Amino acid sequence: MTDLSTATPVATAKKPAQKKMKTSVFFSWSSTFKHAVLILGALIMLYPVLWMVVSSLRPNDAIFGDPTLVLRTFKVDNYVNGWNALTQPFGHYLINSVIVVIGCIVGNLVACSLAAYAFSRLNFRGKRWWFGIMLVTIMIPIHVIIVPQYIMFSKIGWVNTFLPLIVPKLLATDAFFVFLMVQFIRGIPRELDEAARIDGAGHFRIFTQIILPLMVPALGTTTVFTFIWTWNDFFSQLIYLTKPENYTSSLALRSFVDAQSATDWGAVFAMSVISLVPVFLVFLFGQRFLLKGIATTGGK
Amino acid sequence: MSVVSELRDLKNAGKSRGDGKAAFWFLLPWFIGLFAVTAGPMLVSLGLSFTKYNLLQAPQFNGLENFKRMLGDERLLHSLGVTFLYVIVSVPLQLAFALALAVLLDRGVKGLSFYRSVYYLPSLIGGSVAIAVLWRVVFGADGIFNQFLGIFGIHGQGWISSPNTAIWTLIALNVWTFGAPMVIFLAGLRQIPVSLYEAASMDGAGKWRQFRSVTLPMLSPIIFFNLVLQIIHSFQSFTQAFVVSGGTGGPADSTLLFSLYLYQRGFRNFDMGYASALAWLLVLIIGAFTAVNFWASKYWVFYDD
Repeated sequence: MTDLSTATPVATAKKPAQKKMKTSVFFSWSSTFKHAVLILGALIMLYPVLWMVVSSLRPNDAIFGDPTLVLRTFKVDNYVNGWNALTQPFGHYLINSVIVVIGCIVGNLVACSLAAYAFSRLNFRGKRWWFGIMLVTIMIPIHVIIVPQYIMFSKIGWVNTFLPLIVPKLLATDAFFVFLMVQFIRGIPRELDEAARIDGAGHFRIFTQIILPLMVPALGTTTVFTFIWTWNDFFSQLIYLTKPENYTSSLALRSFVDAQSATDWGAVFAMSVISLVPVFLVFLFGQRFLLKGIATTGGK
Repeated sequence: MSVVSELRDLKNAGKSRGDGKAAFWFLLPWFIGLFAVTAGPMLVSLGLSFTKYNLLQAPQFNGLENFKRMLGDERLLHSLGVTFLYVIVSVPLQLAFALALAVLLDRGVKGLSFYRSVYYLPSLIGGSVAIAVLWRVVFGADGIFNQFLGIFGIHGQGWISSPNTAIWTLIALNVWTFGAPMVIFLAGLRQIPVSLYEAASMDGAGKWRQFRSVTLPMLSPIIFFNLVLQIIHSFQSFTQAFVVSGGTGGPADSTLLFSLYLYQRGFRNFDMGYASALAWLLVLIIGAFTAVNFWASKYWVFYDD
């Protein structure tokens, strides 16, 4: 299908113009075909999402029965209706989501980086066992933890607060990020720590003044993933937040759908689009960190 | 290095000691988390699985009663069937798409980063309530999926409202999120030395032969890694089934994924002892699948090192 010399791994991705002259006509035909397939595939993948965005700007009676992406009228009524459809304006739920997300990001950044420093730079008794336990906790299904955790948090009166969602992150329970940061710190030359130690710096200073500034990319990856996962989270929010005024955008959206029973889909779509916008933005600006994180850890 | 290979290497690590005091302080939050939030509750949950507990009265020990009850719990057995179908169909499909796209994108395609973003995006939003809501509409009786079928003269049914097809819409949704494993495959493909392909083409190997004899074996550790993780992940799917079925797992329990059933038992009926037992059943099932995967891996995964 293609010239054999281009059948190489991504090494050539940055300079795709490298082709052998004699096969260039044949190559460009197959390349066009490939692009056609890729673009068609991309369209099919994104079509439902694009359709939702377009439909959120259509009047309700024009949503069903129009599978196209052509917008004949441009109406923001759905956004106004959706924003005010629940007991609180939708912004209230977005703010709740933002509070939870910020708490989780801060928690993960602080607690996971501390633990990662210990696992990658310190020598201590039983290190490999603790490290092994940490790796295993990455794979524990939440279900096997959630019942006792719920009982505990309900006994101390934390149900219907954001604390059960945020406090565990302050305790480095997102072990995936500990692992990610350990991987990253291992790549930082040890000579830097040793030079600082000779100058009399203790571990805390080495951590804050040498390691932390150098691991910004790993912190970026953690921030972006924590944002997206927390923003999309539903299961733990559903369990811990039962009062409507505490709802996050995920919960609000879900209660909106169930309350509407297929009447005001335009408004539902409008709020769905709004709830996806932060994820799109973070993806757009944080893509670099996402891809780097996946490349260094094998992703999650 | 992935979590999987890391665990493999663990047994070779040497003993070490020295910075005990500093390590204690650095690890203190993590230790508290381990005992109070993850491993501790996990053990409590194991204990609760041998009790009857409704949150109001103290847990009552009832031996293996919860596990015996599982055998006669028809909704549970049905839910297991639904979940196995979901996992066994969607994970291989998802990985096949991920691999195909990664290979297509790997060979110096112009606009790689654009395509990669577009194909990756669904895996970031696929778990959200918004997309589950969208799915409910797209595959509804008058949804756009049926309108597309209508173009070809096919009169489609309500895919979400029919017990025979509802789970397939969730499978489609899981397959739709193939971008995450695709990106991992892309990173893996970069690690394959160009010289292997050159040698293969010198020996007269065509495209397909190169894929089978170079790409697949070299990529097999990553395929394995993705397989293990996606299976673990898919067994825990919850949001989409919850939103699509309005929390019921319907129609006729056809979308009652295991997580959803566990949620209903634990947090709707406050049958906490039974829910804990179910959670441990899930751990056992996931553990068994993972163990079989590791066992089978020695027949098809090729480790270079």
